[in-house]
Amino acid sequence: MTGHDGWLPESAELVRPYVITRGRGLPDDEQLSLITLVTASADHAQRPTRLSPEEQNMLELCSAGYLSVAEIAGHARLPLGVVRILLASLKEGGYLVTRPPVARARLADKEILEEVLNGLRAKFG
Amino acid sequence: MVSAPNLDEHDYVRGGETQTAVKILVVGHFAVGKTTLIGSISEIEPLSTEETMTQAAEEVDDLKGVQGKTTTTVAMDFGRLTISDRVVLYLFGTPGQQRFVQMWEDMARGALGALILVDPERLADSFPVIDLIEHYGLDYAIAVNHFDGAPLRDEAALREALDLLDDTPVVTCDARDEKSSAAALTTLVRHLLDHTR
Repeated sequence: MTGHDGWLPESAELVRPYVITRGRGLPDDEQLSLITLVTASADHAQRPTRLSPEEQNMLELCSAGYLSVAEIAGHARLPLGVVRILLASLKEGGYLVTRPPVARARLADKEILEEVLNGLRAKFG
Repeated sequence: MVSAPNLDEHDYVRGGETQTAVKILVVGHFAVGKTTLIGSISEIEPLSTEETMTQAAEEVDDLKGVQGKTTTTVAMDFGRLTISDRVVLYLFGTPGQQRFVQMWEDMARGALGALILVDPERLADSFPVIDLIEHYGLDYAIAVNHFDGAPLRDEAALREALDLLDDTPVVTCDARDEKSSAAALTTLVRHLLDHTR
């Protein structure tokens, strides 16, 4: 696996998940779905740092652009549940900006499906 | 001290500030080629929740007919495809096993639909997957992964075996081939579109 220099996933496995999350429970599923897009807020660098190493990693991971919650979990190699809790707390602290996925009511929307269809055709012929 | 992995710009969602995400599930039984299909069309190296097949798991899973496969997805893996500057599509794959129901709920919530990958030699193995997809009320298309040398059943027999509705699309595809995988996906999306009319 490339692109993970200096990242030591083993360290996360040495502590039980509730220690990493400081005992916080799972946030609302809808709030941070698998495909909610997440990025660091513009002023996050000015905020006082009282973040855990895991929270700092999370923040660093999404400081250069948008990633989905699932991608963050994949890159961080932490369980989804743990990642959700960390992201929820960072969001609460104003460190993160999130973009929710297309609302469920709009999923059957013709326009979205047509856009996906045209996109696939344009890409793959 | 742990540090975050170094990602390059291609790892991030292109035009993320204007994008909304949608997802499609790529499902099928153990070792049917889901990861291969996702990998053949994803613009990022497919990511996973890191569970690969272990020795312990091999005793649980049914390995008949899949000799030579050393690792597989036991949880969820996914890829990404930027559709336009407004829509980014995620493809999520997971096996159709009851013990992953929690993950299934997560994946199915808000999905556009599902592409069900089927091995014509192991049709019965697809029943639980189809049941799960129907349980979550997702619309789907069947993609028959054409493995080397495996004879292809005729479509009518396959439809009967899988008890498909008349308008459920059935396509054959080679999951290793980008164009073939994309064509299967296109068939699904066209079907989903038909159902919104």
